[in-house]
Amino acid sequence: MLKGQKRWGLFFFLAPVVLWLFVMIVLPHIDLLIMSFRIENDEGQQIWSLKNYLNFFEEPIYWLTFARTAIYSILVTFLTFVIALPVAFYITKVVKPKYQGFLLVLLLLPFWVSELVRVYGWMILLRESGVINHFLLKAGLLKQPIEMLYRDSTMILGLVYTSMLFMVVPIISVLDSLDNSLIEAAYDLGANMWTILFKIIIPHATPGIVSGSIVVFMLTLGNYLTPNLMGGKNSLWFTEQIYNQFIASFNWNQGSAFGFLLLVLSSIVVWLGLKLTRQNLKKVVQ
Amino acid sequence: MIKRKLFVLCVVSAFVLVFSGGLYAAETLSLLTWKGYAPKNLVEKFEKETGITVKVTYSNNEEMIAKLRATRGAGFDLAQPSQDRISSVQEKYQIYQPIDMSKINAAQIIPSMLKAVQLNTMVNVKSHAVPFCWGTSGLIVNRKFAADAKDYSDLLNEAYKGRVSYRLKRPTLIAIAFAMGDDPFAKYSDVNAYQALMEKVGQALIDGKPIVKNYWTNGDALLQSMRSEEVYLAMAWDNGGWKLHVENSDIDFLAPKSGALGWIDTFAIPAKAKNIDAAYKWINFMLKPENAAQFTNMEKYGTASRGSIELTNVDIRGNFQRSFPQAAVDNIKWYPPVPAKLEEIEGKILDKVKAAK
Repeated sequence: MLKGQKRWGLFFFLAPVVLWLFVMIVLPHIDLLIMSFRIENDEGQQIWSLKNYLNFFEEPIYWLTFARTAIYSILVTFLTFVIALPVAFYITKVVKPKYQGFLLVLLLLPFWVSELVRVYGWMILLRESGVINHFLLKAGLLKQPIEMLYRDSTMILGLVYTSMLFMVVPIISVLDSLDNSLIEAAYDLGANMWTILFKIIIPHATPGIVSGSIVVFMLTLGNYLTPNLMGGKNSLWFTEQIYNQFIASFNWNQGSAFGFLLLVLSSIVVWLGLKLTRQNLKKVVQ
Repeated sequence: MIKRKLFVLCVVSAFVLVFSGGLYAAETLSLLTWKGYAPKNLVEKFEKETGITVKVTYSNNEEMIAKLRATRGAGFDLAQPSQDRISSVQEKYQIYQPIDMSKINAAQIIPSMLKAVQLNTMVNVKSHAVPFCWGTSGLIVNRKFAADAKDYSDLLNEAYKGRVSYRLKRPTLIAIAFAMGDDPFAKYSDVNAYQALMEKVGQALIDGKPIVKNYWTNGDALLQSMRSEEVYLAMAWDNGGWKLHVENSDIDFLAPKSGALGWIDTFAIPAKAKNIDAAYKWINFMLKPENAAQFTNMEKYGTASRGSIELTNVDIRGNFQRSFPQAAVDNIKWYPPVPAKLEEIEGKILDKVKAAK
């Protein structure tokens, strides 16, 4: 139990945070939730209705966009994992300890500039008159410049790049606790690389992988900038759908319904992911 | 006990210090506007003349409305929406306040434009805006590669496959409708007819999807891709074409055969503006002929300031002569005020186009 004075102090310091959370986060969300259950009738009055939610299921473009967004987010999460695991393993187990910090800083470095700047950096590299095309032309590998931007694959590249760090860091922290002698013993007993990977490293790293995956999945699903700028003409992302409802159609009711659907559906995907990997949230967030 | 009191005193005084800081800040004007509408040298001149600090936020029509709607007209002292997007929004959300004409130096404003804007932004017999500048949307063409492009329909022309760019916004829908020989403005009042027309336009845009390279969202990025000759033909604002013409004489703005789309951007004061005096000062300052001329020289847009065109550079007048022969001027389609409900129809069509393969 806290003593009176301490509790008073705790309350004093917590009050601004609680107040901030309540006024800036909880209240607006309640407002949005109420809004999502209301529609405007032909006389311009707001009435209660489930129509905003029904619209999502009845209009194929909406749920197809959501399905597309979710599938691409899962793909991005998987690709990020495939790239991040060797990187994390290299940093924790292979490289000399004195270089570990340096390598981590290298990973962090791109995140010192905003996402917008990073995306524009990619655009300068990949565009038709961009750096990569220029060198390929100079080297004689290409006769005509090709457009590498505005494709789904570029968009995935951008999204993977943006979320790398959030996968590498949790995996590094779990691999740190992996005893090297386990790997050595496995080699002594004649196991090959793949057996070690699937029988020792991945099982040990699962909590880190799952927590990294949740973060990457949520970040990708909620990303607006990268799909919009790098994806081009076919890249409708669900967040853009929400933006369009709020901004272009002035339909805040529909927009908030989409927002809550995104929240619920993505929670379901995460829950399913946890069930499939037999992890529980408590263990993963530790 | 003493320690605790001392501690509380420290915290309280820290709070007082932090919050009183805001009270002593200099007078400011928060301006919600389009990119380029508050050039740096004019802002500096205004700050020197009045001592008011100008805080600029860049936006577009839709975001301006959404921002002001969210705060019910608070947070900004002056906004610059287009004249056709004011009256229906004002009727529904009351985000602006009527303009007090006694505070405006009306002698500086071209009378016909002032009258048109006042009429179009009239809600409850009070007008809610004064004109600032005008321009058109049409085609920016690179003559070297797209010599034959004449109308919006060329945005869907197989000949320019992968070399076309436009925005996925309402002006594009309107433009394609005009190019189909229809008159969307005449159907503004008939929701069903408008819906049918927009569906036809949406289908045309879906069919034309392999032609377009990308839907541009940022004017500078579009100009960059025209400059590097990645895009030959784009639907965009006239000033962009004129800016590029200076660098590359092959590129120029073209008023399309079915008519350039004319817009007027305005000054409108949000309902809960704090520094209304500063807002009026800024309006009168920007419409002063020499300031308006400086703006035109830089941004190439014409303004509503009377007598400013004589003060602009010669090449500015050249732009208008090249791109707008008298017939093209007469053919400009000026946006009438947008009635409510249409935005929702358009929004859905635009979503469909973007989602289509």
